[in-house]
Amino acid sequence: MSPDDQSPVTRGAKFLGVLVALRAAARAVGRRGHEPPPPARESDIDPSQRTLPANPRTETLVGVLLLVAAVFAFAFTVIYIVSSGDTQLLGIAMGGALCLLAVACIVAGKFVVPQETHVEERGQLLDEEQTEEVVEMIAEGGQGISRRALLVGAGGVAGVAVVTAAATPLASLGPTLGPLHRTPWAAGVGLVDDQGRLYLASDIHIGTFYTALPEDKDPESFGAGILVVRLPADFIALPAARRDWAPNGILAYSKICPHAGCAISLYRYPTYAPTSQVPAFTCPCHYSTFLPGEGGRLVFGPAGRALPQLPLMIDGDGHLRAAAGFHEDIGPSWWGVHRAQS
Amino acid sequence: MNLIDRYVHRRFLRASRAAEQRVGLAAGIRWALRYVFPDHWSFLLGEIALYSFLVLVGTGIFLTLYYIPSDSQVIYHGSYPLLQGEQMSEAYRSVLDLSLSVPTGLLFRQVHHWAANVFIASIVLHLARIFFTGAYRKPRDLNYFIGLTMLMLAILEGFAGYSLADDLLSGMGLAIAYSVAMSIPFVGGQLASLVWGGPFPGNSSFWPRLEIVHVLLIPAALAVLITLHLAMIMRQHHSQFPGPGRRERNVVGTPLWPAYALRSIGLLFAVAGVLFLLGGLVQINPIWQWGPFHPYLSENGAQPDWYIGWLIGALRLMPNWELVIAGRTVISNPFWGGAAFPLFVFAVMFFWPALERRVTGDVRRHDLLERPRDRPIRTAVGAGFLSWVVIVFAVGSTDRIFYRLGVSYTTQIHVWRVGIWVLPIVVFFVTRSACRSLQRSGSHPLREWQGNVVRRSADGAVEVLSDSPDRVVPPITEPPVGTVPGREFES
Repeated sequence: MSPDDQSPVTRGAKFLGVLVALRAAARAVGRRGHEPPPPARESDIDPSQRTLPANPRTETLVGVLLLVAAVFAFAFTVIYIVSSGDTQLLGIAMGGALCLLAVACIVAGKFVVPQETHVEERGQLLDEEQTEEVVEMIAEGGQGISRRALLVGAGGVAGVAVVTAAATPLASLGPTLGPLHRTPWAAGVGLVDDQGRLYLASDIHIGTFYTALPEDKDPESFGAGILVVRLPADFIALPAARRDWAPNGILAYSKICPHAGCAISLYRYPTYAPTSQVPAFTCPCHYSTFLPGEGGRLVFGPAGRALPQLPLMIDGDGHLRAAAGFHEDIGPSWWGVHRAQS
Repeated sequence: MNLIDRYVHRRFLRASRAAEQRVGLAAGIRWALRYVFPDHWSFLLGEIALYSFLVLVGTGIFLTLYYIPSDSQVIYHGSYPLLQGEQMSEAYRSVLDLSLSVPTGLLFRQVHHWAANVFIASIVLHLARIFFTGAYRKPRDLNYFIGLTMLMLAILEGFAGYSLADDLLSGMGLAIAYSVAMSIPFVGGQLASLVWGGPFPGNSSFWPRLEIVHVLLIPAALAVLITLHLAMIMRQHHSQFPGPGRRERNVVGTPLWPAYALRSIGLLFAVAGVLFLLGGLVQINPIWQWGPFHPYLSENGAQPDWYIGWLIGALRLMPNWELVIAGRTVISNPFWGGAAFPLFVFAVMFFWPALERRVTGDVRRHDLLERPRDRPIRTAVGAGFLSWVVIVFAVGSTDRIFYRLGVSYTTQIHVWRVGIWVLPIVVFFVTRSACRSLQRSGSHPLREWQGNVVRRSADGAVEVLSDSPDRVVPPITEPPVGTVPGREFES
């Protein structure tokens, strides 16, 4: 290799090496002359060093570690075949093999191969001349153009228009907002359990809650699930307009929390009258708490509106049915949500 | 060199020549082999994130071979007895079968899930290291922005990943995500309807969309950003802590070849090994216990993966404010905790470098790091801000605290609605005074003082004043020059 082939890095390193050697020599000379030597300024200290561990025992250790890792890795395949996938054993085998490889590599890296501390100079990131040159070159690309503003402006408009056009098909991802206002509930829809059996009014007892779904409708629909409870008369204080929504003290509410859409699954009912509070539904996600006796009013938690109530009726056979659909939107609030008239 | 060695060497040289004649990369390789890595344990955090990502890609590819992104309702007749005859989505069934019937399926799924948790944890710790040592300053501010973007993507990616299973827990998470999307002022309804293809739980095209986001779009974005992140580090070289011979203009450490390469590959294997041990031995997200999701079902005491905890905490802590004007819901409640809060946290982190430049007027390039104590205000603001976020995170577990310790849930919320504003201020002042006291003592927080306090006169003579900074008269207010590594750096 001729000297011309050397990269700046190599030349720099050689130059550095010469400097270091000169300095060491100067130091040695100086040491003879003056006592004590002036402490080196920190910025002058050269931490470069290179040591060869030359440790055959450690080399053997690394070899053994690699072989044991191989045993573990081989064991993985054997376990796969023999036990057809025992997760714990497979984990130990693969994890063990990888951990042993890790130890082997780290031991080799620290105690087998040459240990070196190297000093590298950082280059300048900004080269003024080159930067100016590049800017100049780019600017020259526009030489001789007189209607620059027109071209830049028109290009910008075209860019925005094309990006908008490219993004427009995204709108076909979803349907319109109409479905957000719909639930499967309407006047006369029967209340069924998760096996599809119609609820009788006499099935609903005080002190617990029931989950009901709409008869012959999609149970996976967001508004399908409702909560049904029966309350003693002294806990019921519905607004005047809803007085006949709760036949025989049976009330129904959307099961979907109007805060963040979780299904409400906690029901607080007094078991010991003097210390307990009034019956309440609580959402297990963020603990919004609603009073079924008071039209779903919020008493605690982050929900921004009351729990939507479903008017009920009891048909001739004693089955529970919706007397009407929901009078407001179920689910989380949004720009177009229909709130209850109060 | 013995004969065999010489033979191998000659063959290797010949093969290298042949390759070089075709690709001509020797200069680049020589540069890479001598690339210097400064050694400090905290520099490993970013590497752990990188290696977790590799494990995520590897295990994730295996999972895609079995996952079915479909909400078609099926009846379960698989190997898990407690779910026999249950109605569930095909997606959930495919994850059940993958976990319980495919050999190594559960191992890879659990390694994948653990790796996601470790991935994001190591990014957050790496970010803390970057912040508290001032590594985000020019010229690394661009790379810091890339890192923050990757953290946001990683959280989104993790959430999308555990949502794919369509078990009861993940379904509840999706319902909340849907509600947060709906809560965005003006366009939330349209946006959520677009993403889910209709009202929650969405139409059947939602599941392929979620899968492609999780297995292609976000991972590809992460891969591009990781490449940029590393390329930019290599261009600028690593920052380094001050020390003997370490200056702004150089970088001191171990060259890539051979010692650092072996150590780093060792770390790769260590990360993968620990993740496989965790995945094999420590159960995570046993979805067969949660059961299938239906919109009318939820479970009590549900807790998300840790990196979503701060969002559930914010949603719980927020009072029930909704901004309604003329019958229109301008801002609905989940927006505050689920969108405004995380956006604010990230906005503060994105604007911090510019804010610091504005306040200090320091626009120079910095390649030497600062110890946290040397910038008491930055460290105290960072600690206070971090405590603010950590409190919100902890509030996400208030129901578990009620369940375990019996402290009333409502009391906890009321206390934290005040504590969230008080505690960070306390943390700020405590941290600032701790930094200043450490600065005075000059000692490592965990180690005794070492060295002498010296004074050098103009002619270079050195006088030893004391072996302890406390016994110097008059007391040293500025940290003594030349005894504490790193006192020389500018600004």
